[in-house]
Amino acid sequence: MRTPRVELLWWEGCPSTDAALAMLREEMTSVDLDPEAIDVREVSTDTDAEREEFVGSPTIRVGGRDVQPLPDEPIGLSCRVYRLPDGRISPLPDRAEVRQTLTDAMKGGD
Amino acid sequence: MAQASATKVGELAPPLELRDTDGAIHALPTPGEVPATVVVWTCNHCPYALAWHDRIVQVARDYEGRGVRFLAVNSNDAERYPHDSLEAMRERVASEDWPFPYLHDETQEAARAWAAQVTPHVYVLDPELRIRYEGAPDADHMDPGLDAAWLREALDAVLAGSDPQRPATDPVGCSIK
Repeated sequence: MRTPRVELLWWEGCPSTDAALAMLREEMTSVDLDPEAIDVREVSTDTDAEREEFVGSPTIRVGGRDVQPLPDEPIGLSCRVYRLPDGRISPLPDRAEVRQTLTDAMKGGD
Repeated sequence: MAQASATKVGELAPPLELRDTDGAIHALPTPGEVPATVVVWTCNHCPYALAWHDRIVQVARDYEGRGVRFLAVNSNDAERYPHDSLEAMRERVASEDWPFPYLHDETQEAARAWAAQVTPHVYVLDPELRIRYEGAPDADHMDPGLDAAWLREALDAVLAGSDPQRPATDPVGCSIK
């Protein structure tokens, strides 16, 4: 099993960071990853956003892969819109999707 | 966006006169013209605003027959947020069935005057245009079953000529910028 790099990128304009971090830590714990190993980074300027290819807060990447890739989204300081499997719009990604991304990365797959 | 001093419940609402997605000008009603007015700061790109949108629309439909006027305002900077451009607002109104006008606050002056902080930020005004409620539509953007209960509660009180039991809540959403 690999130990993937897990990143959480956030911007202060969205109130979802704490909830995202809590969920990510819970899901990492559930798959036996160290929940304290998350690389949490604030994105506070347009320059930061460009450098990080940041399309909104919160952005969670596992092994460099976004949990819900948005290739057509403009880069910038914004709040992300996630779609849940039941069709609801959410400021957070689906918990099961996060877990699946973690386990895929641990296995070394996509 | 620079913050203005907070708008307070019990104060008269600041003026509001903006164009909608068709270019028509909308303003607050004159005092005594309607029994209640709801002003909602919202936008196209915020997950909180989008999650609550259908509930707010349903409130507008449910209270339409009682003469309540609804106005939705988007104050986000379209250069920074292309999803909030006037064109994007037009496209959204055209593709959805909005029961109220979607106003474009291009200069952000209205947001500053009202001290609107996030999307969504809801205000309920009485017939004299005094603010009787401000805050969130209900307690949880992720639970459609809450049905914008705080907004409905405030509207029911204003329509009954009484004070809302819960005159203010913390608005939850994306900062207006």
